[in-house]
Amino acid sequence: MNRIEKKFQELKANGKKALIVFVTAGDPDMDTTEKLIPRLFDAGADIVEVGIPFSDPMADGPVIQQSFMRALGQGTTLGGILAMTKRVREVSDGPIVYMSAFNLEFHYGIEKFARDAQYSGVDGVIFPDLIPEEAGDVLPLMEKAGIAPIFLVAPTSGQARIKTITQKCRGFVYYVSVAGITGKQKPLEEEVRGQVAMIRKATKLPVAAGFGISTPEQAAAIGKFTDGVIVGSAVVRLLEAVRPQHEVIDGVCGFVRKMRDALDG
Amino acid sequence: MKMQLPDKRGYYGAFGGKFVIETLVPALEQLEAEYHKARKDKKFKKELDFLLAEYVGRETPLYLAKRLTAQLGGAKVYLKREDLNHTGAHKINNTLGQALLALRMKKTRVIAETGAGQHGVATAAAAALLGLKCDVFMGTDDMERQKLNVYRMRMMGATVVPVTCGSRTLKDAMSEAMRDWISTVGHTHYIIGSVAGMHPFPMIVRDFQAVIGKEARKQIKAIEKRLPDLLIACVGGGSNAMGLFHPFYGDKKVRMMGVEAGGTGQKLGQHGASLSRGSVGVLHGSKGYLLQDENGQIAETHSISAGLDYPGVGPEHCFFKESGRAEYVTITDAEAVEAFGLLSRAEGIMPALESAHAVAQVCKVAPKMKKNQIIIVCLSGRGDKDVDRMAKLAENK
Repeated sequence: MNRIEKKFQELKANGKKALIVFVTAGDPDMDTTEKLIPRLFDAGADIVEVGIPFSDPMADGPVIQQSFMRALGQGTTLGGILAMTKRVREVSDGPIVYMSAFNLEFHYGIEKFARDAQYSGVDGVIFPDLIPEEAGDVLPLMEKAGIAPIFLVAPTSGQARIKTITQKCRGFVYYVSVAGITGKQKPLEEEVRGQVAMIRKATKLPVAAGFGISTPEQAAAIGKFTDGVIVGSAVVRLLEAVRPQHEVIDGVCGFVRKMRDALDG
Repeated sequence: MKMQLPDKRGYYGAFGGKFVIETLVPALEQLEAEYHKARKDKKFKKELDFLLAEYVGRETPLYLAKRLTAQLGGAKVYLKREDLNHTGAHKINNTLGQALLALRMKKTRVIAETGAGQHGVATAAAAALLGLKCDVFMGTDDMERQKLNVYRMRMMGATVVPVTCGSRTLKDAMSEAMRDWISTVGHTHYIIGSVAGMHPFPMIVRDFQAVIGKEARKQIKAIEKRLPDLLIACVGGGSNAMGLFHPFYGDKKVRMMGVEAGGTGQKLGQHGASLSRGSVGVLHGSKGYLLQDENGQIAETHSISAGLDYPGVGPEHCFFKESGRAEYVTITDAEAVEAFGLLSRAEGIMPALESAHAVAQVCKVAPKMKKNQIIIVCLSGRGDKDVDRMAKLAENK
């Protein structure tokens, strides 16, 4: 069984919600990311979402855009991130998913990427700019490599699209909790509740919500009717200030612990 | 021959598609459905035709540039005078069509990206005319080099939103417009200005711009009693070129030449020649030729003309290149500047620096052709916006 599925089963058995934490690979540098990921699991993250930096992200706000620029400035590449992930796997068994603009893996070669990602121990991939209709060539390769393709459902998606999307989706459904970009508007609880209910009609997969969730209070509120929450920009913001590595890691982990506590009620 | 592309999924051969975040998919489906309805609606066609005639001033002349032809000493050179359109370029053909679509979809706000400012100005004009709120995204580097157009947009009531991320040019303006649209898609229509981006935009923009080629085809048959031998147009995203080329697609004897920005050199970062020097990738919603580095990061580009300073190109041009239907060449900054001066002096017509790239290519090929052969070049915009820049270049010489 894939680490993601196992994690959600475990959480369900314990009556807990998944805390999914996004960090940009290579921000402030790759060594920090490598040391940070195992510590995130220790601090209470259930799944770590590794952001693959891209020059022109479609749906990211200024916080993640700038983080990507810092990482690219450090010479971060997909190959380097795969190697880092492999090293993390030697010390940690927590589920890791990549979030990446499709062009990077397309350029790397999807077949090669699937192989290398499997070797590095990547459990799932989110391509925010790849809808299932465009993923025809990608899905069989992911399946062969045992990597879950995680698709997005949006506030604008109707019942028919939700069905199409969830049929192709594995691991969990990523519900985009605001019609907007990352780190900007706050999600409206009632709207999220309604859409999540629609998603549940279409699939038995766990549903996690992300985009605009930045405080422990929000995480607790949204966690009540989802299977997990995804927090990104609020974490990445903590990577901005230039400071010693241990302070960066402690800062992020402190925030993750607060989110964990709030989610556990 | 009737052209059947794109296919149902929005592909032109291997290029195109819809590589977007799910949030936008319902809006793209709505746009496609509304467009197909509008196309069959006689009232829509009548309204657009009326505006094109009475507001834009179509049809535009197909003008035989006698003195330029004589100077070059080869093929006859006809200029398709899109520079004479209201707002100064071909862009208005598309913005009026899309603004009318926005009204049909009950959207109250339009947004646009702009490089040279011509698409922004054309969107601002259409929005003013039809009572829509308008925000135009423009890189701060482009705002500096195309200042005049920034003022024009503001005077027509549009807000120019400065874009400071990335290379602060057209690519970043488009990324930012896309991000805005993701957040405002309920009441906003995104008027993409080129035959680029995700399906159905390349198809819609092509169809609205095809008026250029349809007129040119009819005009040349009336004047010369035959079809031209060669079509030439500049290609950034590629809307004026596709507008001219598309109606001639089935005329196998008519050659087509797209001219990309050769900039200052061959190295990545020195030019904007996606088709000539790029590789296939995914940017701004579609699969096509891109300028990217060895890791798939989008490269910075350079061109003296802001409108060609873009790392991607429309999917149908990629298909035309791959299938050999059109050839794509490059013209350097210096050659474009020279052609700007040449056409200004020979004919009293100042081309936009974008269009000057096409004129420069005419200067290269016309002398090698026979005197009874015919070239149609798309003069996609007028050079007023570049006068300041050209004057400074002249002073520095």
